[in-house]
Amino acid sequence: MSIAEQPVSLVGLARGLQGATLEESRRTMEICNACRYCEGYCAVFPAMELHRSFSNRDLVHLANLCHGCKGCFYACQYAPPHEFGLNLPKVFAELRRESYEHHAWPGALAGLFQKNGLFVSLATGLLLIAVMLLSALLVDPQALFGVNRGPGSFYAVIPYEVMVALGSLSFGYAVLALVMGLRNYWRESGAKQVGGKALALGLHDALTLRHLSGGGHGCNDTHEGFTQSRRWLHQAMMWGFLLSFASTSVATIYDHVFGWIAPYSWYSAPVVLGTLGGFGLTIGSGGLFWMKFKTDPEPTAQRNFGMDMGLLAQLFLVAVTGLALLFFRHTSAMGMLLVIHLGFVLALFVSLPYGKFVHGLYRFAALVRHHADQRAASQEEGSAS
Amino acid sequence: MLRDKHYDLLVIGGGNAALCAALTAREQGASVLVCEHAPRALRGGNSRHTRNLRCSHDAPTDVLTENYSEEEYFEDLLRVTGGVTNEKLARMTIHESKFVTPWMYERGVRFQPSLGGTLSLSRTNAFFLGGGKALVNAYFAEAEKKGVEVVYDTEVVSLDIEEGFFKGAEVRYHGFPDYVRAKALVVASGGFQGNIEWLTEAWGPSAANFIIRGTPFNKGLMLRDLLAKGAEPNGDPTQCHAVAIDARAPKFDGGIVTRLDCVPFSIVVNNKAERFYDEGEDVWPKRYAIWGRLVAQQPDQIAYAIIDTKCLKLFMPSVFPPIEGRTIEELAGKLELDPAKLSKTVKGFNAAVQPGSFDPSGLDGSRTEGLEPAKTNWARKLDEPPYYAYPLRPGVTFTYLGVTVDEKARIQMADGKPSANMLAAGEIMAGNILGQGYLAGLGMTIGTVFGRIAGQEAARYVNR
Ligand SMILES: Cc1cc2nc3c(=O)[nH]c(=O)nc-3n(C[C@H](O)[C@H](O)[C@H](O)COP(=O)(O)OP(=O)(O)OC[C@H]3O[C@@H](n4cnc5c(N)ncnc54)[C@H](O)[C@@H]3O)c2cc1C
Ligand code: HEM
Ligand code: SF4
Ligand code: SF4
Repeated sequence: MSIAEQPVSLVGLARGLQGATLEESRRTMEICNACRYCEGYCAVFPAMELHRSFSNRDLVHLANLCHGCKGCFYACQYAPPHEFGLNLPKVFAELRRESYEHHAWPGALAGLFQKNGLFVSLATGLLLIAVMLLSALLVDPQALFGVNRGPGSFYAVIPYEVMVALGSLSFGYAVLALVMGLRNYWRESGAKQVGGKALALGLHDALTLRHLSGGGHGCNDTHEGFTQSRRWLHQAMMWGFLLSFASTSVATIYDHVFGWIAPYSWYSAPVVLGTLGGFGLTIGSGGLFWMKFKTDPEPTAQRNFGMDMGLLAQLFLVAVTGLALLFFRHTSAMGMLLVIHLGFVLALFVSLPYGKFVHGLYRFAALVRHHADQRAASQEEGSAS
Repeated sequence: MLRDKHYDLLVIGGGNAALCAALTAREQGASVLVCEHAPRALRGGNSRHTRNLRCSHDAPTDVLTENYSEEEYFEDLLRVTGGVTNEKLARMTIHESKFVTPWMYERGVRFQPSLGGTLSLSRTNAFFLGGGKALVNAYFAEAEKKGVEVVYDTEVVSLDIEEGFFKGAEVRYHGFPDYVRAKALVVASGGFQGNIEWLTEAWGPSAANFIIRGTPFNKGLMLRDLLAKGAEPNGDPTQCHAVAIDARAPKFDGGIVTRLDCVPFSIVVNNKAERFYDEGEDVWPKRYAIWGRLVAQQPDQIAYAIIDTKCLKLFMPSVFPPIEGRTIEELAGKLELDPAKLSKTVKGFNAAVQPGSFDPSGLDGSRTEGLEPAKTNWARKLDEPPYYAYPLRPGVTFTYLGVTVDEKARIQMADGKPSANMLAAGEIMAGNILGQGYLAGLGMTIGTVFGRIAGQEAARYVNR
């Protein structure tokens, strides 16, 4: 049975989605739909206006379409202390997290969202120790502290096969779990039909973070005033992530296709991409981390704090250790740095499907459905008039 | 303590008109204190419930489509007021409305792009991005940046006026008595619709059943004080703009969402289960405003709009779910109406409905025959259960009584002379232009135009 058809009382029993969050989301949308003052802020409002009543699947879609910019909180005439007490960014952030849990694959691991901060720290700690032990057991413990230079020096610390096996296993699993989760999500909250145009528009909105601009003049990043800081920091982080990812992919090709063995020179593609990516990630995640403490907590979901912080911390640590490895790879610190960096990377991979990271995929899916819905609605209108 | 300071200008109120005046005076060098009765979280008066303002323009702009000439604007005003307007002030306001949106933009107010979705008013009215609360937030932020001093939770209780000259004001600053000295005064404290006792004086005990759509802080204290101290009144003290809203709305501050657009497609009965007016007289935007008064005249100031299933999707969704009944009798029971009587009213109505082609988008002439009162458009039988009802009560938007001003926003005294240092802007003087009726978006235009004039005039006076 899909969530759309479940009676509300049953929904509370379903993994993740809580009746109370759904009901509060529905009440909020019903008030907003009678008001519509915020319709210029983001995609949520035009999407809302397509409905007169809201099924659970519509609500999950709308929550994932919301970018948490908080514009509609500070502008809301019904925000607390008004007796309606609306707080749309907060309730949607809660529903988003419940939807991640609800759709997680395999379902047995959904609980990892609940204590996400703890899970992420444990995974990181355990993997760090595991990599160190592997290195110490498989290679000479001294390798960790010696000076290694030239091609293949990394493998003097961790054997080549071990590195490939660890990397591909953890990453392969992450991709599988992410794809399965996204599939679960799309089945319940996606669009029925999607054209190339909707896909392209959705991709555009996701990559430019269009809806983290408050309709053009910025968002309420930390308080009532408007800035674009969160958008630019997230851009630095997201593109930093993608560049780092590109760096690893190019390096893999170098290695497997051309047989060129790491470490590569300063001006090689993997190093240039990795350096840019590393700086983007560091600045972006560090900046967002800092903003988290500065921000007015009222329109945010405190329940999600651990999850948000978990991913931010992981990205920051991966980036910083990666950059350190790059700068100190010719010194005796290289061995330890490599092991630590590898530990953080592996921990990031295994926690991707069970943390904040899934929001990128779900939001992208929601943006695509949004464009598909809007096109369908305008065609309907066109044929009616 | 405010007692120890001395300001150039005291502005009373924290809505649109007050902030436009404070910003303008401050930009011209005056030291300004704004006293807002509401706490910070509820600041902004009725202005925070608004969504647009009406602007004349000769060509399309980034926020308005086509054009809206000063002449057409004035004709619209004449039509709704039936001529109860000060033509000189009205024409000046309309002319000035051409220049307000860029001024607002520079001070942080943002508008929706003119093509925006559902808005049929985008030719005549510019819509605030995020609505009136976002506008008020932007103005407060700008005022703070420019050094306007703002105190919340501060009610001005009495003005020291000597022969039309303002000396100072007694206030309650966070509940404690205090005093403000200033060289000039701008009163922008809105109407008196938040004052149920005053409403009762004009409307009798039925006022207890009125719902106030906006802020509870507009109690008209300053209006009363000014009138008692020699200001010339303006506007009909017994009139208010009232619309029919959902009876389940909060007593205050329900704002826009309590509105109901279902009347033209319904039959409306009072608590005797009898119809009392032609629900299909005209398209809803034109008839919206009379229904407040119509419901106010019914016993216990309550009425019920009743529709059947086929009408449910013809109007904007409402915040409150309709009350549902599988039969008319069941519905009557839930509304605590006499089932037999309601059934009789519905049967009588259904029998009188003439065949016609129903068209919700315009006057369709689908009518009743031989029924009193008739329904002259959109008359269709109620025959598709379940049936639904929305309870209606009068919802007061604003009152018309205010002070008389001249084109410099100076308050006119009863002796015929303008006050040298007392100015008024916004709802408290809007009746000079909108003597009766309602023109969507005019309230904010009057507040913006007169707020700026008052600020300028105050600065001129203190800098002289
Ligand atoms: C639901 C609703 C929707 C509306 N929509 C629109 C619209 O879209 N467009 C439009 O043009 N008009 C609209 N109006 C009308 C509009 O709200 C008013 O015309 C406009 O807000 C008046 O502005 P103002 O600054 O004069 O008064 P207000 O914004 O009401 O401000 C009055 C201020 O004075 C303060 N105050 C009162 N007494 C005292 C005192 N003794 N001491 C200190 N402070 C005091 C109040 O707290 C308040 O801050 C709407 C009204 C309502 C109720
Ligand atoms: C499809 C593309 C993406 C979109 C549309 C998107 C959008 C957003 C938005 C709107 C936020 C702020 C609201 C919130 O906290 O939920 C956010 C936060 C965040 N995003 Fe993304 N994101 C995308 C991809 C990514 C990627 C690839 C990463 C990983 C590198 C990432 C990491 C983060 C982190 C760590 C936060 C939390 C920051 C905070 O809480 O302040 N995002 N994202
Ligand atoms: S958030 Fe508040 S102001 Fe914005 S549309 Fe919803 S109810 Fe209206
Ligand atoms: S928080 Fe921002 S993105 Fe989310 S619904 Fe409100 S305005 Fe839209």
